[in-house]
Amino acid sequence: MLLTITTTANPATDLGRLLRKHPDRVQPFEQSFGTAWVFYPEAGEDRCTAALLLEVDAARLARSHAGASGDASLKQYVNDRPYAASSLLAVALGKVFSTARSGDGGERPELAAAAIPLEIALPAVPCEGGPDLVRDLFAPLGWEVEAEAVPLPGFGTDSRHVRVRLRGELRLADALSQLYVLLPVLDDAKHYWVEIGEVDKLVRSGGAWLAAHPRRGLIARRYLAHRRSYERAAHARLAELAEAAEAEEEAPVEEESAVDGEQSLPLHRIRIAAVTEALAAAGAASVLDLGCGSGKLLAALLDDARFTRVTGADVSSRALGMAGHALHLDRMPERRRQRLQLIQGSVVYRDKRFGGYDAAVLMEVIEHLDPGRLPAMEQVVFGAARPRTVVVTTPNAEYNARYGMEAHQMRHADHRFEWDRARFGAWAEAVAARHGYRVRIEGVGTEDPGAGTPTQMGVFDRD
Amino acid sequence: MTDAPPVVSVPELSLVLLVGVSGSGKSTFAAKHFLPTQVISSDRCRGLVADDETDQAATPEAFKLLNHIVGTRLRLGRLTVVDATNVQKEARAQLIALAREHHVLVDAIVLDVEPSVATERTLARPDRDFGEAVVRRQHRDLKRSLKYLNKEGFRRVHRLTGAEAVAAARVVTERSWNDRKDETGPFDLIGDVHGCRAELEALLADLGWALERDGLGRAVNAAHPEGRKAVFVGDLVDRGPDTPGVLRLVMGMVAAGTALCVQGNHEQKLVRALDGRKVRVAHGLAESLAQLGDEDEAFRKEARAFMDGLRAHYLLDGGRLVVAHAGLKEEYHGRASGKVRSFALYGDTTGETDEYGLPVRLPWAEEYRGAAAVVYGHTPTVDPEWVNNTICLDTGCCFGGRLTALRYPERELVSVPAEREWYEPVRPLRPAAAARDAATLDFEDVAGDRHLPTAIAGTVKVRAENAAAALEVMSRFADDPRRLLYLPPTMAPVDASGEDGYLEHPAQAFAQYRGRAERVVCEEKHMGSRAVALVCRDPEAAERRFGLDAAPWGALVTRTGRAFFQDDALTQALLDRVGAAAAAAGLWERLDTDWMLLDCELLPWSAKARDLIEDQFAGVAAAGLAALPAAAAVLDAAAARGLDVAALAERTGSRRANLDAFADVYQRYCWPVDGLDGVRLAPFQVLATEGRNLADHRHEWHLEVADALVAADASGLLLETRRRIVALGTADEDEAARWWLELCAAGGEGMVVKPLLEDRPRLQPGLKVRGREYLRIIYGADYTDPANLARLRARRLQHKRSQALREYALGIEALDLAAKGAPLWQVHQYVFAILALESEPVDPRL
Repeated sequence: MLLTITTTANPATDLGRLLRKHPDRVQPFEQSFGTAWVFYPEAGEDRCTAALLLEVDAARLARSHAGASGDASLKQYVNDRPYAASSLLAVALGKVFSTARSGDGGERPELAAAAIPLEIALPAVPCEGGPDLVRDLFAPLGWEVEAEAVPLPGFGTDSRHVRVRLRGELRLADALSQLYVLLPVLDDAKHYWVEIGEVDKLVRSGGAWLAAHPRRGLIARRYLAHRRSYERAAHARLAELAEAAEAEEEAPVEEESAVDGEQSLPLHRIRIAAVTEALAAAGAASVLDLGCGSGKLLAALLDDARFTRVTGADVSSRALGMAGHALHLDRMPERRRQRLQLIQGSVVYRDKRFGGYDAAVLMEVIEHLDPGRLPAMEQVVFGAARPRTVVVTTPNAEYNARYGMEAHQMRHADHRFEWDRARFGAWAEAVAARHGYRVRIEGVGTEDPGAGTPTQMGVFDRD
Repeated sequence: MTDAPPVVSVPELSLVLLVGVSGSGKSTFAAKHFLPTQVISSDRCRGLVADDETDQAATPEAFKLLNHIVGTRLRLGRLTVVDATNVQKEARAQLIALAREHHVLVDAIVLDVEPSVATERTLARPDRDFGEAVVRRQHRDLKRSLKYLNKEGFRRVHRLTGAEAVAAARVVTERSWNDRKDETGPFDLIGDVHGCRAELEALLADLGWALERDGLGRAVNAAHPEGRKAVFVGDLVDRGPDTPGVLRLVMGMVAAGTALCVQGNHEQKLVRALDGRKVRVAHGLAESLAQLGDEDEAFRKEARAFMDGLRAHYLLDGGRLVVAHAGLKEEYHGRASGKVRSFALYGDTTGETDEYGLPVRLPWAEEYRGAAAVVYGHTPTVDPEWVNNTICLDTGCCFGGRLTALRYPERELVSVPAEREWYEPVRPLRPAAAARDAATLDFEDVAGDRHLPTAIAGTVKVRAENAAAALEVMSRFADDPRRLLYLPPTMAPVDASGEDGYLEHPAQAFAQYRGRAERVVCEEKHMGSRAVALVCRDPEAAERRFGLDAAPWGALVTRTGRAFFQDDALTQALLDRVGAAAAAAGLWERLDTDWMLLDCELLPWSAKARDLIEDQFAGVAAAGLAALPAAAAVLDAAAARGLDVAALAERTGSRRANLDAFADVYQRYCWPVDGLDGVRLAPFQVLATEGRNLADHRHEWHLEVADALVAADASGLLLETRRRIVALGTADEDEAARWWLELCAAGGEGMVVKPLLEDRPRLQPGLKVRGREYLRIIYGADYTDPANLARLRARRLQHKRSQALREYALGIEALDLAAKGAPLWQVHQYVFAILALESEPVDPRL
């Protein structure tokens, strides 16, 4: 809600000319979500400070939110937006200081073109990544960064808000553009729907400084709301703009997934290959993928002519939508489309539609069920559906140490358990015995002499 | 002709084929004797698919449509008449197969009119462009067919010869052999007797029957002074010591109309043996044959005729009760076919045998979802147990077990022990393993658009999209359905208050209930998380009653059905404390139960909602407490320069004060817990106990029981719920409003106002009146600003109220079902529906 810009250039009051806002006036600017005020708490020859204070109308904001996201959570009504330096402030800054941001100095072009000593203060910047990320983003731009986490009242821990003070000698236009781009990036959120037009805004605002920024990958990703196609467009344009020989892509930094070592490995591919192989070896032509998620295994099965009927089931209709999208259901050739079916279903509810397949797959699914529900799953899959072959994969907890994980950590926040080899083996044998299957356990992934493979797979067969 | 008009009698549920050449008067006949919707005409279908009833090229497609309609009607149990020539064998065979597929009988009505008449009629019709030759060919086909018609699988072929007979005929419907819906009991249903005459006599005596004996002292009949009717589930014969004695008694009772009996597989086989057919003499057949050999020929003949004439299943009591020897799945009720008969006699067999050489039977009862109770025998078990509204009464009397009867509609079991083991079992008797499997729920129990009947809110509709959302929550996050007997309904707030500075105030709650209740109770609203606790007296009770096979022996779940604690040991420890308090308070005896379902609030709020509080409320406070003082400082500096920022500074100051208040509110509801240390549970309602849904008890009673629990709690876990009783329209109202202000001033969330009524009112079960400060964390720190308040007062409550009432109505049904031990899938349907309704979009601040 608050941003102050101070300069110690002489005469400091030139700040008023640069910002095109007179130091002796208090000016309101109506925004769609409230009112932005510009005034000067100090205006001396040696030191002049402009304040941009945003009064957010929470009700107006909530209304626009509800319309945009359809999200009916309380967060829509009770949130930090009235207080924090979020995309609301960035937008207000962009509008109120649009001329200054463009670098158009009017009758004083030399003033706008000059780097001047600046000090920028933001009392509460919402930041996914804490003070370190603030430093990472601003220091390369020539700022001396002071960043300190704001404590969570009542909990004695840090909040996601950071008090930020930047000092440096920069063109005011650059400083404003950087804030315009980086405030929503730090927050990793925008109050409006991100469309392709944002790519242009990013490239125009970012200009040269962004093209050369070591974290431009993260900046583009977050600014463009993690939309891959937009990111690619932005990178292409930035590379052109910088004419930089070092146009090579920044390796994607997986700062969002701290412990999930799987993501960066091609393990999921190895796993899909292993499952596909097991299915083919069992002679399965029709396959039911239970918990198909976004459909990676389905895609592999469809690519393999041995599988004539492939059904993906997931309990989440959202996941099914993603699978449909990822598999390009809308433009899939008819012959391929006829082999595929996507259904909503749950492995803990007996389901007639699960019957009649040669094989069922539970790839990385059981660990997402509470252990208490495993008997129900067992009844549904092995008792009622009873395909000739069932393939189950799950993480091998022993391998976690190889990912540098602590003993109590799990690979995914939603994992309810991760079993070692003995535990999985015992479970698999017991299930097989109860339902008249034979089971064979295999490892998937690179084998470690002590820890085994990262993934373990049970292949169940019945006569 | 002077003969009486011919009468055509067709089964109530059947497929009727009209057979006759073009112009024989089929459509006229059909229109005269059947409902227009019962008659499916091939001409009409031709018209539907081709816009031309005479377009012969459309015939294949037209018959596809006809078959589809006929199949659908038969599946739904509707009498259906096919109006087509049906003069060709192939055409009839297809329809007969369709009827078989749906297990209904087929009758043919042949309209055998003179060819001349038919031709004349056909030629007279402007819309028929075929002539005499076609009719003559059809007639030839018909003549050829008539010889074999009887062998094609029709139950009966009704032949009406001549146009006059066709015109004069009457059509009547007859009910099916297995339809005894008019028998309403009360019944004593008796399990497999297997020749155990002495035990049968003892059981009947225990049930209050008076036996009638012949000169030789043999029981030949029995009657019940209250007019009860006995129903035998079959297998009267074989294995036991006196098959003829059993037959004599049961035959007497059936003849006298005091008993009904369905056929068992042993009767069927015995009949075949008596007929001299080749059967394997095993499973006690030898005993029967020997014993009957000692009887005279007349008795043998009579017994044979009796056994042979038995039906395989009966529909009784208006269709609410079905009796079949080996049980019967729903789609077979009231149907007739070889498959239905075989199911009723042998069960759902796979053709495989187990390690004892006994047939493997599929668990039809676990998948049974029918409304009718199915009573059967056939499979010996130790204790009869209801599984999805079905019960097997075979308790292996001949193997030294017991002979069991079910009193219906009382649903009481009565049994007598066997005098001894009369026959050695091939496989040891074992307890039914079915109970555990009945916990398997079916996708079809919950998916799609659903319409659930409720007593309070009529039929409640659950939309498919909401069910889809609930499926995910239920599968991935909720506790085991066996532990999820109920979910609390959402609660609506009061109408907005006009009181200065207030959005909610008790006055509106009192006003809303005035005229609908004399008195209300105001209950302190603990600021924690809603919790439903299933407390069992001991693990045995939990296992027996809910089929639980591991700790926790009960449950503690949130309002979305999740287990409160990840750690089962913690849940168990908490339940143990509540159980100990219940025992100390003598509640198990007083409420005559070994389990209870409690509605509670669990504190602190942070125990469940810590992440939410940190992420949402504390985060907001952090940002505000950092930004607002900084803003105030720059405004002060600007004011010192002489700039006019007074109004802005004042608003900023007020925001600061509001945010301070906001930060105070949530922090009051957070305190550290370690295991159960620091956790408090405030019970305020006893939802259900064994056999009783306690929703119709007044809240005074509930609170008194809760007080007893709290008083008896030595662990410090349980917390009292403070309350005020208010006589509406008296000074009590003001006093309660003052009390509410005190509660809120001391940091309380507010209170809930509930009507004090007997039974189950069709009105909001409670209204929440939340405190002025508390609402800051709901509506935002600055909601108290007059402009904001004015806007918020216009909030719309209709949807929230409707949702609250519908969820409440569903909850009451769930409790009814849970209390009486209904099948899990039925309880789950309602619990699932409550969760589904929760995914309807409603303003989350209400």
